[in-house]
Amino acid sequence: MTSKPATSPFARGDITNFAVLMTLAFLVIPLTIPNGYWYSSILIPWLCLALAAIGQQIVMGYAGQLALGAAGFMAAGAFACFNIELRIPWMPFGGSLILSGLIAAAFGVLFGLPSLRVRGIYLMVATLASQFFIIWMIDKFGWFKNYDTSGIITAQDIVIFGYAFTAPLQMYLVVLVVVTLLTILAINMTRGSVGRNWMAVRDMDIAAESMGISLLRTKLQAFAISAFYCGVAGALFAFTYLKSLEPVAFDIKLSFQILFMVILGGLGTISGAFIGAAFILLFPVVLNTVGNVWFHGMVDATVISAVEQVVFGALIILFLIYEPLGMAKLWENIRARMRSRSVPKAEVPRQQAS
Amino acid sequence: MVHPRIRMMIAGAAIAATSLLALPDGAAAQETQYFPVPSSRVGPYSAMGTGYYGAQIDYMNYINMNGGVNGVMLTWQECETEYNAAKTVECYQRLLEKDGQKMVVFDTLGTPGAYAVINRMAEDEVVLAQYGYGRTDAADGTVWPWVFNAASHYWDQIAVKLRFMAEQEGGIENMRGKKIVHMHIDSAFGREPLPAMRAIAEEWGFELIEIAIVPPGLEQQSQWLQVRREQPDWVTFWGAGSGMNSTGMTNAARVGFPRERLIYVTFGAAEEDMGPAGDSATGTYAMANALPGKDYPLVKAIEEQVYGAGKGNLADPNRIGSVYWNRGLGAAVMWVEALRNAQQIHNKIGQPVTGAEFRDGYEAIKMTPERLEELGIAGMIAPFELSCEKHDGAGKFAMMQWDGTKFVQVTDWQEPLDPPFIRALIKDSAAKFAAENNITPRTCP
Repeated sequence: MTSKPATSPFARGDITNFAVLMTLAFLVIPLTIPNGYWYSSILIPWLCLALAAIGQQIVMGYAGQLALGAAGFMAAGAFACFNIELRIPWMPFGGSLILSGLIAAAFGVLFGLPSLRVRGIYLMVATLASQFFIIWMIDKFGWFKNYDTSGIITAQDIVIFGYAFTAPLQMYLVVLVVVTLLTILAINMTRGSVGRNWMAVRDMDIAAESMGISLLRTKLQAFAISAFYCGVAGALFAFTYLKSLEPVAFDIKLSFQILFMVILGGLGTISGAFIGAAFILLFPVVLNTVGNVWFHGMVDATVISAVEQVVFGALIILFLIYEPLGMAKLWENIRARMRSRSVPKAEVPRQQAS
Repeated sequence: MVHPRIRMMIAGAAIAATSLLALPDGAAAQETQYFPVPSSRVGPYSAMGTGYYGAQIDYMNYINMNGGVNGVMLTWQECETEYNAAKTVECYQRLLEKDGQKMVVFDTLGTPGAYAVINRMAEDEVVLAQYGYGRTDAADGTVWPWVFNAASHYWDQIAVKLRFMAEQEGGIENMRGKKIVHMHIDSAFGREPLPAMRAIAEEWGFELIEIAIVPPGLEQQSQWLQVRREQPDWVTFWGAGSGMNSTGMTNAARVGFPRERLIYVTFGAAEEDMGPAGDSATGTYAMANALPGKDYPLVKAIEEQVYGAGKGNLADPNRIGSVYWNRGLGAAVMWVEALRNAQQIHNKIGQPVTGAEFRDGYEAIKMTPERLEELGIAGMIAPFELSCEKHDGAGKFAMMQWDGTKFVQVTDWQEPLDPPFIRALIKDSAAKFAAENNITPRTCP
């Protein structure tokens, strides 16, 4: 930690970063990007999945519980939001979001129960149940889908205070506000006693228990909060990105993707969730664009598509070899290095120590 | 610690990548019309993606080599969807504009993808051309002005299959008390025919058993054991991807279900689906909305000109004339036909058209037997005409049977036994959608 004023719990660097990021997200991007593609295909899904990755980060990176099935909770949140909007018309959208998060959290507690008995890779298998059970339940009972025969339902428009948020930029702002609030909340939780409890359980649960931390409470709390984040992320993903709801959209592949986002981004960091989501979501898009724009007509398109997957896989391996602590750490290192060049030499040892 | 050079490379790649995301713009000297190709070339659905979209690109090349559409050259841009709804949405947005020109048509070759983008069509003024897949009630053009399912849809398809069964059993009256299993992939695509099938089951008095298979559908053992237990008279198999489709036939062989009682959906009715099942596939029935074969003049011309010039899109030229390739050709012919109509209707001969103009052109497609003859695909697809109200095509399908090496056509182009019945179902469903979404159906002349 660098210079920290006595009156504030945050380091000065944090506040500057926060201000820069917020200006960028709320002012610079909306004013400079007129293209709907960037909002509706890049920024919105990135923010939604980053939020889900924060959820995964909480349970896995902070509480150390190897859980798989974030997409199941996302589905729960998405379909809860649809049904609340459908059946409780007077409910404001923010209320629907919170409620759907809470419903997902209830599932989180339910499927977090095995964590009290099993751990590690076995817990991962046990939590898979959430993934399959929630999707099965939505598919099995027509009520969740309002008895739609095709099984794909159209998400309602987002209406806040009588104003419909339907344009890409408007929806981006909705997502941005929610993600910002929840991210700040997550950072505060992880830095406070809640997060310290999680990390104590992660690092050594027996020691944590003997210090008076209730394992039951801490683990279930982590599962609940994680599922809450995933639920809200799922609702946003369906309402602002897909604009339709289909259980298949939240399949096991998405759960794995979120898991990879957290691992690649860096376990136990909130920024890692954002960086990891950007990598997993956007890199294939970049590769596909490169392949199709640069090599258009030159190379067999089937080969391009296959090469993209190879390159993506190779990059993942490369990153894991060179920086097993994730891209957040990589970013930290780059920053530290840049700072060490720009500041007087006396500061350098302190930087490296932190 | 990361080597500085590697770090530089990563940073450089990141910068290059971000600058690339914006598609390059630049004015073209010649008049062009841009088409998006949201292909699926990798993953379980690659066989249909490479064949179908390969044919579209081949046909566009063929048109360009022959002077374009009244001088307008066709351009295209690809995007990989992997038959995934979320990726299809991203591709849709990415392909929406190129070189300052907006796309006029979108073809997802997948029902989940079609559902994911269907609500964007009216706003973006893009035609959703569903070639024999997708949302069925889009056949009602009054509720869905921008969505077409020319070359027919799944409700007609299931009705034609039931007609085939009735004919084999010796009439509708013999269908009473029969047991039919609908085994389907558990996605929007697999469930799509169910409303029509249930309605006909009630009407004809046969027992319908629905068995779902979780995507990607490579695990079907328990489902086929259920088939053995139920002893159905017929099985309609609604699968996607070569893996799932060939697994279906090998499992049918394992439980001893006769393949002559197994009818595959159009998206399992290709050489790539039958081949991997080997001998188990022999005898299986499959439906066609575009017949395979190389004997059509247009197919021959493309093979000669495009593949002769080394510009062919298929890696394996032997797939020319295969089911998916011919189907893609059928779809591309409709694009070009619509473009030609649009230029004519709006007095823009030799100029590119907008989405709205293209829509009018698409609605004016008249694939009469004479026109099909001129185009060189007479017999490959059933003749049809579109109109403001009627957005589905002929509503006709041909039954084929796999003889172990190739498909043999066993029926002519057939329509459902009671087309007005299907039409009424479509009207009902579209009206329900319109009411739920506050859409006022337009009136047709």
